[in-house]
Amino acid sequence: MGGSWPLSRRRGALTERGAIFNRVRAFFQQKGYLEVETPFRIPAPAPEPHIDAIASAGWFLQTSPELCMKRLLAAGYERIFQICRCWREGERGERHLSEFTMLEWYRAGADYLSLMEETEALLLTAAGAERIRYRGRSIELAQPWERITVRQAFGRYAGTTAEEALAAGRFEEIMVEAIEPRLGLARPTFIYDYPASEAALSRLKQGEPAVAERFELYIGGLEIANAFSELTDAAEQRRRFEAGSAERAGLGKAVYPVAEKFLAALEEMPESAGIALGLDRLVMVLLDADCIDEVVAFTTEEL
Amino acid sequence: MYTAADLRKGLKIAIDNEPYIITAFDFAKPGKGQALYRTKLKNMITGSTLDRTYRSGETFEPANLEDRKMQYLYKEDDHYCFMDNSTFEQIHISESAMGDAKNYLIDNLAVDVLIFRDSAIGVDVPNFVNLRVTQTDPWVKGDTSGSDSKPATLETGYVLRVPPFIEEGELVTIDTRTGEYSTRVKG
Repeated sequence: MGGSWPLSRRRGALTERGAIFNRVRAFFQQKGYLEVETPFRIPAPAPEPHIDAIASAGWFLQTSPELCMKRLLAAGYERIFQICRCWREGERGERHLSEFTMLEWYRAGADYLSLMEETEALLLTAAGAERIRYRGRSIELAQPWERITVRQAFGRYAGTTAEEALAAGRFEEIMVEAIEPRLGLARPTFIYDYPASEAALSRLKQGEPAVAERFELYIGGLEIANAFSELTDAAEQRRRFEAGSAERAGLGKAVYPVAEKFLAALEEMPESAGIALGLDRLVMVLLDADCIDEVVAFTTEEL
Repeated sequence: MYTAADLRKGLKIAIDNEPYIITAFDFAKPGKGQALYRTKLKNMITGSTLDRTYRSGETFEPANLEDRKMQYLYKEDDHYCFMDNSTFEQIHISESAMGDAKNYLIDNLAVDVLIFRDSAIGVDVPNFVNLRVTQTDPWVKGDTSGSDSKPATLETGYVLRVPPFIEEGELVTIDTRTGEYSTRVKG
């Protein structure tokens, strides 16, 4: 039972969503990026302990297009972007859909700091304005945005250190409850330099190997994007995958086949940086939507 | 048994052998870390509330409730009266224990009355109920303001948003799980 009104009443949001997607594509085309498509159904997802792929006829629906896009980077495609569906088992809430839309882009020769600047420029283009309203706040988008390290954020908002939080198994809880709600309130915030253990595919910082060159972007307390300077050391990547698989096995979760073709390609991949941005979340922020359901045509429950 | 992934608004679980209903639910997942399930829970007996955060892997027992098929009769002061159709026994439930269900009660509506240790502590209404619109402003044809909904009052006093074409006196179907308009009943 149910009429088409719940669908037709979203016309305004879906029209805006389409316009935002058009501006995003125009931004990348103007910057010389190639739009690519990689298969949604893959044999070997990256073994992240807490990201679960949905099985599909012996293979898996991608949780991110990352591994295939890096194989393109390794093959000499130096600037690529993709807008695609990703699936993550069990992730559903006001800010999560199990099937959602990801924007990923990769650039050879770049590091995470230069991606921060590119992200600022992209979002200004996508918003079409220098100031937005989200959840009752006026948020200034003009560059530069706030930059804060994970270490600084724990000191400022949590009264403990990231190392202590990790040792106590409370890193995630403190991030969610004490830190995230404080990020990106007056202007967007890049939180960066994560503990090395919290980054499966990123390069460790030159001269400071305790942290990884990874950042996340927050607007109005909402996580929008995750990025890093890419790890190009295939042996190190294999060790991290093995550790990730062992952790998955220990949690009683499915262990995926090893992504051998990706690991082989990594030998040839240039120094580069890449970023994954949740487009549904970006549309939420730009449309001042409280719930992700408001900015998609169909939620899983409506099918 | 439920797992953390089953948690959602409206689910009834047992905590320390007492029935609780989830009144607010939030799924959080920091970066690449473990999922956190944040809930607000209401004790279905005392009405007291608590905040609990759960992690994936945790399990829950369903609230140990018996449900009896009953029919809504009438409201008296701040109590609602229901009757068991097979025994003709009548019971009363306080307004505070009714929760959102009171928005959907029309005469003779069939409901499940929830019983815990011989006391009635709430009701479950059907997922969809048909209710008549008693007040809503007419739709001005050619209205180009772009507004895609308007307020309407239903026969129970419940106010919600409906499409512009709905008129006073029409029967509409409400999804009681969300409290939202679902469709117009034709005829």
